[in-house]
Amino acid sequence: MPQGKGGAEVRLEGIGKRYGKVAAVKPLDLVIAGGTLVTLLGPSGCGKTTLLRMIAGLEVPSEGRISIGGRDVTRASAGERDVSLVFQSYALFPHMTVAENVAYGLVSSGMGARAARERAMAALASVGLEGLGERLPSELSGGQQQRVAVARALVLEPAVLLFDEPLSNLDARLRRRMRDEIRELQQRLGVTVVYVTHDQSEALAVSDRIVVMRNAEIAQAGTPAELYEFPADVFVAGFMGEANILPARIAAIDGAFATVEIGPTTIRLPHRGLPQGAASLAIRPEAVRIGAAGHGLPGQVRRAAYMGAVMEYTIDTAIGPVFAVSPDVGHPLAAGAEVGLALADRGVVLVRP
Amino acid sequence: MQLWWWVALAGAVLLPWHMQQDGLRAGSLLALFQDDPEAASAAAQAVRHGRFWFWPVLAALAIGAPAALLPGLGRERRGGILVAAGTIGILAVVAQGFAIGIRGWTAPWLEALFGPIEDRQFGIGIGGAVALVGFLFQVTDGLARQGAFKGDRFTAGAVGLLAGSILVFTFWPMATILSQAFGPTAEHGPLLAFAERVADRKVWGLACVTSARSCGVAWNTLVLAVSTATVATALGLAFALIATRTSFPARRAMRLLTVLPIITPPFVIGLGLILIFGRSGVVNQMVEALTGAQLGRWIYGAQGVWLAQVFSFTPTAFLVLIGVVEGISPTMEEASRTLRASPMRTFRTVSLPLMRPGLANAWLVVFVESLADFGNPIVLGGSFGVLSTEIFFAVVGAQADFGRAAMLALVLLGFALAAFFLQRAVLGRRSYVSMSGKGDGGLPATLPRPVAIAAFSIAVPWAILTAIVYAMALAGAFVKVWGRDWTPTLDHFARAFAITTAPDGGLILSGLAWNSLGTTVTLAAIAAPITAALGMLASWVLSRQRFAGRFALEFALMLTFAVPGTVIGVAYILTYNIPPLEITGTGIILVACFVFRNMPVGVRSGMAAMSQLDRSLDEASATLRASTFRTLRRVVMPLLKPAILTALVYSFVRAMTTVSAVIFLVSARHEMATVFIINRVINGDYGISIAYSAALIVLMVAAIGLIQLLVGSRRLGRRAAAPVAIPAGGRV
Repeated sequence: MPQGKGGAEVRLEGIGKRYGKVAAVKPLDLVIAGGTLVTLLGPSGCGKTTLLRMIAGLEVPSEGRISIGGRDVTRASAGERDVSLVFQSYALFPHMTVAENVAYGLVSSGMGARAARERAMAALASVGLEGLGERLPSELSGGQQQRVAVARALVLEPAVLLFDEPLSNLDARLRRRMRDEIRELQQRLGVTVVYVTHDQSEALAVSDRIVVMRNAEIAQAGTPAELYEFPADVFVAGFMGEANILPARIAAIDGAFATVEIGPTTIRLPHRGLPQGAASLAIRPEAVRIGAAGHGLPGQVRRAAYMGAVMEYTIDTAIGPVFAVSPDVGHPLAAGAEVGLALADRGVVLVRP
Repeated sequence: MQLWWWVALAGAVLLPWHMQQDGLRAGSLLALFQDDPEAASAAAQAVRHGRFWFWPVLAALAIGAPAALLPGLGRERRGGILVAAGTIGILAVVAQGFAIGIRGWTAPWLEALFGPIEDRQFGIGIGGAVALVGFLFQVTDGLARQGAFKGDRFTAGAVGLLAGSILVFTFWPMATILSQAFGPTAEHGPLLAFAERVADRKVWGLACVTSARSCGVAWNTLVLAVSTATVATALGLAFALIATRTSFPARRAMRLLTVLPIITPPFVIGLGLILIFGRSGVVNQMVEALTGAQLGRWIYGAQGVWLAQVFSFTPTAFLVLIGVVEGISPTMEEASRTLRASPMRTFRTVSLPLMRPGLANAWLVVFVESLADFGNPIVLGGSFGVLSTEIFFAVVGAQADFGRAAMLALVLLGFALAAFFLQRAVLGRRSYVSMSGKGDGGLPATLPRPVAIAAFSIAVPWAILTAIVYAMALAGAFVKVWGRDWTPTLDHFARAFAITTAPDGGLILSGLAWNSLGTTVTLAAIAAPITAALGMLASWVLSRQRFAGRFALEFALMLTFAVPGTVIGVAYILTYNIPPLEITGTGIILVACFVFRNMPVGVRSGMAAMSQLDRSLDEASATLRASTFRTLRRVVMPLLKPAILTALVYSFVRAMTTVSAVIFLVSARHEMATVFIINRVINGDYGISIAYSAALIVLMVAAIGLIQLLVGSRRLGRRAAAPVAIPAGGRV
């Protein structure tokens, strides 16, 4: 794991937030190593934004302790923490120019107006917006506003930078570019970044580690590859990209492996601590190999969709419909075609129900 | 360290504790060494004059001293000390104020407990006020240090200030009214006395149904309010439909109508009606000349008051209903049309039902205004009494029966609050009316022909009539004696606003009106910024902060708005003409009355603007190391400029046109323009009244323009473009 120079470690111990009887975040522990980019990923209402806002100091936790860079900041106000937040709506002050927006935090911290302005201009240049300082935020495009928001947060040289769904207001093409820029910036500055998103592809692309949240608690935390290839349960498997969840049975266990019966076929997979008996199998669409009828699991193509780069198929089998992706666009199968399915080595894993 | 402890110290030790009879001079400020106990500070009174009841105040200071003087104290510990000291201080100040009044002990059991005293004391002055404020902020500071209000001392202080001032200037007067209504009479104890007052035949009698005698004032008031509200709402709807749903060329000019009720002093319509229909009115004279018949005094009485109120309040209903009609999503009507409904059917089954909550709201707004109206009934009522005028006569008349005034005020308050709760219930259910207009394309449907014809045939004559009434009211200022001597003249203006040269060459403002005009403008100018500031602070606290009691605070604020002016007026004199807060007859009572009557409007417009403002702007400022105060000053306030402007204009103008509350509160030294005018009207001296009213209207239009210019409309982001709408609501 890359250890940055400027980034501080964020340590959450037993942090929880309740609104009356409703738990927005159940008490949880999480350590975010200095200089890494960690994504909080989950569906809306899972508590990820509340968790981020508690790190920022905008919500007071109901219990637990937060420390940043070794300093206990549980009771400190947002302004007293060495963090900056980039808002989903950007929250640029509409009545101030771009330069005034970027200089705002510096002036608030007591820097003189002239020095703050110079620093602001430099920060704007570093995000590629030189010459736009005198504009009003409303005169900028969405992507430019996004960069102003980043510049405004960065100019304070915070130890921890927080992003709350920063790309959700941008169109798909721009989103890809901005996420690369954010990642590049984070690596260059070595700052700790906590990044909230509900978009798993965004999370996979930028993160050192991903924390998947569900129902106010952590469902699984790990590197992008760990989460994609070894999801802990059905929820994570389904949330981290597409997955076919199929019923299976663990027939026998020997060593680290299990013999798994799936329909008429059996395969060998790591048992991952699951006991013998009924189990769930998560199969990535790209792990389904479509062959000629007669080999493997028999099936019939119900639906075929041409996606340009790949073909998407829905295939009816004895154990239920299977969703598969095939790179073979040149020889598409028609609906109704009889096929035989096999599984690749990767992308097939036993999960907790 | 701990500024507020030092403030409380200054209030208790340095400044004169009591109100100084002949005003405050620089020399009397150092009150530690005054020989006269009444001019001395609390500490001096306790030590040198044996006034033992100040020792608890000094004890509170002693308790708080460690928090101010010991720098090494922990945050929570310091907070605890401050809360304790501040609470004890407030209790001590309040207790001594209530316990010892102008005739010594205020209750026999106090004398029994502490023994008799020869001494007495007057109302709290600058020292007491400063000490109280110091103690209050000690408490809020302490609470914040202990972690309340997210540890933010500014928020804590703001909440404390708002809660404290609402307690002193709204709750306390209302409680006084209640206790006065229960006040025992010579014959009866409290409950019986109250029962006797409430059951009064003059209030609830129904004699008019069966005989020629008049009914009780409560019924008068209710019947008047219901009929005014119904007719004014119907007229307002006709105006609103024409203004928003037709291509009538003068519809922009019609919108100007909505400004009228805000800038017109409340009795101008009544005056206009007198000049048309009164004994020497234009109509009466013409009828007499043509037929010889004497119409007499028919305009005085229920019908006259009703007519004047319908004229006065139709613009208010219009203002409310414009928003309602515009709030109906055109897509709804378009959907109806594409589903093969005729225009008439669309109007009847879609548009009108969607307007229903808005119509009910407009009706209730006018209902409350009619209840609270004082200017029209006093001018045109004759022997027809309503609650607001009866309250007035109970206080100023020969009877001076405060118990009766309080009871009448309670009845009126009961009606107003019932309407208020009904209104909240109605507005609470209006969620299906689309209010945003965003994402709603389409053109609003034009009115079906029969509806358009009906609307025009109602609204156009009424608009012309309104114009005639205003024209007559103004014309009255320029003739010698209306109805008898039609010679054009400027005499009335001269009498009101004459400026003569003194023998020594200086200018003397010898006109009759200068004194009251000066007072009015000064007090309105003092009250307006206070009102706006408190209103904005309250709306920020209510919409941005979460704390225990937030709902109660909001509710109390909005409730103030529902209290009719006459009730406030009576409550204020009953409360503040005796110690501990003896401010009757001063300008302070008038300013306080303006501030707390008009603040809810500022709060409403502030909260409406605040809800347009993305909360993340505040949060962004907080994460960018700005203090709460800096956030408020640099981010929130600039974006709220339109709302601030609204609050400023509204409170200034209302302070100048209000009559119902201030008529109880004016004194020889502080006479208000409206009260001056209404006294002339009651005496039949119409010329000068009208001249003065005209001058007031011109002055207010000028003031609105000036404020707009001063506060300016610097470039604002699109987000902040909240409209400057002056809300309708209980005028008078």
